[in-house]
Amino acid sequence: MEAGGAAVRCRGLVKRYDDVTAVDGLDLEVRGGECFGLLGPNGAGKTTTVEVLEGLIAPDAGDVEVLGLRWGKDDRALRQRLGIQLQETQFSDKLTVEEILRLFRSFYEEGRTVGDVLAMVELEAKRGTWYVKLSGGQKQRLAVACALIGNPDLLFLDEPTTGLDPQSRRQLWDLLQRYREQGGTVVITTHYMEEAETLCDRVAVVDKGKVIALGTPRELIRSLGAEHVVEFALGEGAEAPAEALLRGLPGVRDVRLENGHWRLIASEIHLTVPGLLDALGSRRDALVSLATHTATLEDVFMSLTGRRLRDE
Amino acid sequence: MSERRPRSALYELTRARVIEFLREPEAVFWVFAFPVLMALALGVAFRSERTEESLVGVLQGPAAADTTRALSARPGLRVRELGPEEADKALRNGTISLLVVPGPPPAYRFDPTRPESRLARLVADAALQAAAGRADPLQPREETVKTPGSRYIDWLLPGLLGMNIMGTGMWSVGFSVVVARSRKLLKRLMATPMARGSYLASHLLGRLTFLVLEVSTLLVFGRLVFGVRTAGSLLAVAGLCLLGALCFSGIGLLVAARPRTIEGVSGLMNVVMLPMWLLSGVFFSSAHFPAAAQPFIRALPLTALNEALRAVMLEGQGLLGIATQVAVLVAWGGVAFVVALKIFRWR
Repeated sequence: MEAGGAAVRCRGLVKRYDDVTAVDGLDLEVRGGECFGLLGPNGAGKTTTVEVLEGLIAPDAGDVEVLGLRWGKDDRALRQRLGIQLQETQFSDKLTVEEILRLFRSFYEEGRTVGDVLAMVELEAKRGTWYVKLSGGQKQRLAVACALIGNPDLLFLDEPTTGLDPQSRRQLWDLLQRYREQGGTVVITTHYMEEAETLCDRVAVVDKGKVIALGTPRELIRSLGAEHVVEFALGEGAEAPAEALLRGLPGVRDVRLENGHWRLIASEIHLTVPGLLDALGSRRDALVSLATHTATLEDVFMSLTGRRLRDE
Repeated sequence: MSERRPRSALYELTRARVIEFLREPEAVFWVFAFPVLMALALGVAFRSERTEESLVGVLQGPAAADTTRALSARPGLRVRELGPEEADKALRNGTISLLVVPGPPPAYRFDPTRPESRLARLVADAALQAAAGRADPLQPREETVKTPGSRYIDWLLPGLLGMNIMGTGMWSVGFSVVVARSRKLLKRLMATPMARGSYLASHLLGRLTFLVLEVSTLLVFGRLVFGVRTAGSLLAVAGLCLLGALCFSGIGLLVAARPRTIEGVSGLMNVVMLPMWLLSGVFFSSAHFPAAAQPFIRALPLTALNEALRAVMLEGQGLLGIATQVAVLVAWGGVAFVVALKIFRWR
């Protein structure tokens, strides 16, 4: 693959299940050598999209090109060059890490040695351990190791860190960093904004089967118009402030109300917060929460959809 | 660290299958120990060294002592005197097969639908008639058969072999396919360049690896413990076992082609196997079933395998003598394999 050429290109992708449209006219272009993130809540259509790109699901409509090749025509050649980790794969309980990797290695004409990949995912110590005895993080790293064993040009990861503790998540991020340093391209889905911000060169925010925003994490955050978020809530019965009043506060770019929580997108919190307290006046006593943070992709998602990425 | 280079996908898949199986103690028990224990239990229960005695009760009363003496004089009868209530109970629960109410004339109380009761009646009647003075017009010569080859265990062992080949073939293939599907492992394998044919073939090859051990275990056990010998060629037996294993692996693959859960495939397995356990002559001859059912029974793959194994092991038939059964097995296996490939759910 020539550097900077498109690793994945898809246009007008549609996939329906019975009466649910999982992917609804989605366009994507992933450049060679980049780490591309699909960020969105559960049910946004991320997994369906990725599985279409992986050639595991046939789309109802749309055009897909992966590494310049097409599913249905070049499957064998394509499979040799892709590394895939799926959600929820469980390997055989009573095979060892090494046996599983050797099995997967045998499917590829060329690839890395089992020892190399074990070193990459830092599982050397677990070489002879049965799969069933691995921790969640170790199982997940083994899944990525199986995706790396064929020395792929393009790596697909579907929510690789869901359910992992922070340390395991960090280990996985490090290993992806090492893969990228060797020139690999990554497509990753996640509903963790910090994961997308840490790992991805570019992020497509996906909701209801469509891309609703696309850019580098920094660009997306900048699109909010300001870098800070002020959140507050009033106790029950307290009269809500007028939205126009809040919009008029110094430094405020945008105002949203969600479940009784106000969110102000602001550029200068040192002006906005005192202004807010003044504006609340006597209702200040009714404040039950007041917090500020630097804007994240979560705020981008919320300002685009009015909903949170995660349900909790 | 030096490591073994992976070989072909088919080799590695088959190797993984065999390793997984050997690490599953329950599976090893069902495949190897279970049929041996079954052969041992049945072989001992139906051993032919001692003829089974008929159990006869005599109702207590004035003439009971004479009747008991007359019956006890006859070999093959075990006699005891019983009170009226005791006698009824013994007759009901089978601790006696026949109750003799002393005469004259004596009465026989028994259930004619039970073969052992009919036998007890014949022997007891002969004893009483002789004691009453009847002379037998004929004095037949008796030639008892005790040679290996015609005992129950000789007849049973090929049936157990067939049953085991069916059970292991279907379970080992069907179970592991559905487990892989339910764990999304099949889907993951589809995302690699692995050829689908290699995956299915590895199940057949893995199956054949266990088959060698499983068949020889049972045959060696039969030979050492019961002196069961094979009249025909061992090569023919081996060929039949191989054919049977492939046939039932194909059927196992078909049963496992669609189900997503272990519960689903277990139900289907039982639906397929249970009729054959009952009908195909594993423990008792399928000749017991009505004539109308015979064509259906003979078309079952396990019937074909059992008949062919018995023909070779008991009668020393060659391949020509079992051509029909071989054709039945080939047809079942071939059709099942092709249909399984067509409808297989890879995700």
